Amino acid sequence: MTETTAPGNESIFTATARDWSSDVTTFKGVPWGKAMMWIFLVSDTFIFTCFLVSYMTVRMTVTDPWPNPSEVFALAIPNELFGLQFFESSIPVPLLLIAIMTFVLISSSGTMAMAVNMGYQRNKKGVVLLMVATALLGMTFVGMQIFEWSKLIIDEEVAAWQNPMGAAQFGSFFFMVTGFHGLHVSAGVAYLLIVAWRVGRGHYDHTNFEIVEITGLYWHFVDLVWVFIFALFYLW
Amino acid sequence: MATEGQQHPIKIYLLVWGLLFAFSAISYASDYLDDGVFRTSVILLFMILKAAAIVAVFMHMQWERYALIFAILLPPLALMVLMTLMAIEADYAWATRVEYMGEPIAPEPKPPPTHKPHH
Repeated sequence: MTETTAPGNESIFTATARDWSSDVTTFKGVPWGKAMMWIFLVSDTFIFTCFLVSYMTVRMTVTDPWPNPSEVFALAIPNELFGLQFFESSIPVPLLLIAIMTFVLISSSGTMAMAVNMGYQRNKKGVVLLMVATALLGMTFVGMQIFEWSKLIIDEEVAAWQNPMGAAQFGSFFFMVTGFHGLHVSAGVAYLLIVAWRVGRGHYDHTNFEIVEITGLYWHFVDLVWVFIFALFYLW
Repeated sequence: MATEGQQHPIKIYLLVWGLLFAFSAISYASDYLDDGVFRTSVILLFMILKAAAIVAVFMHMQWERYALIFAILLPPLALMVLMTLMAIEADYAWATRVEYMGEPIAPEPKPPPTHKPHH
């Protein structure tokens, strides 16, 4: 029988924590930590969807012009590098940086999926290497986002409260949505590195390495959110 | 610790990885299409395909039991109701602004400010 009453000297906090961690299985074969990560991701889905729905509402409502993201986020390929001339003149490519960021994030999801696979094969070295590779790709993504933000703030003079190209709301939604996503990526990088470190030190040797899959769920979610931001904010 | 791990052949991960690259390339290419129903459909179609591939394979949802699948995938459907209601509301707010405040209807965006050299 499952114990349902707490010992008399237990505080309500300890009792609550004990109940929540008692591992009574609804989701058969699913580790508790994984079920909890999924619950967290559902709540995060609601947060991101609320942002994107309010973005939709505002974009449908504004009567000021909405800037064309494909022009705003275009990058010019320089015609010369280190004094060597390659083209007649520089070539503007729409959304170039965003496309590279997308491929970097997808690749990081790929390496993460491999890390999970290595975990279930109990190949610790593979797990650590692939998780560190994932974290490096995540850092690359954040680095490119910093570049993108600086360009928008300094060259295009866009801020959360102003936008010389039209609707000021463009600035507030751009910085809120991509900033919240970038924060998730940064937190994910820290999470990946901590778990990789602990795997390497043998913290999880007595388990089935499901921690790698749980970390992977979070990381794939970050990639998933980017799919929607890419389509709805940059391409639409 | 008798939990069954989600172990699947590496081949399927590589396949999905490649698919995601291809889908992203097509999404990106849609930027060169003219605005219209076709372009919007391409964007939405490949957004959904990419999301489905990530959730189903990378996040292992296709191998989970229905108890978990339903618990995770059904609640977000409520968000579709929110989206629909807000779209109706936004349409109304826009029409009201144009009707009563004499706002211009979708003028062309202004070009970005001329780039000043920074020193």
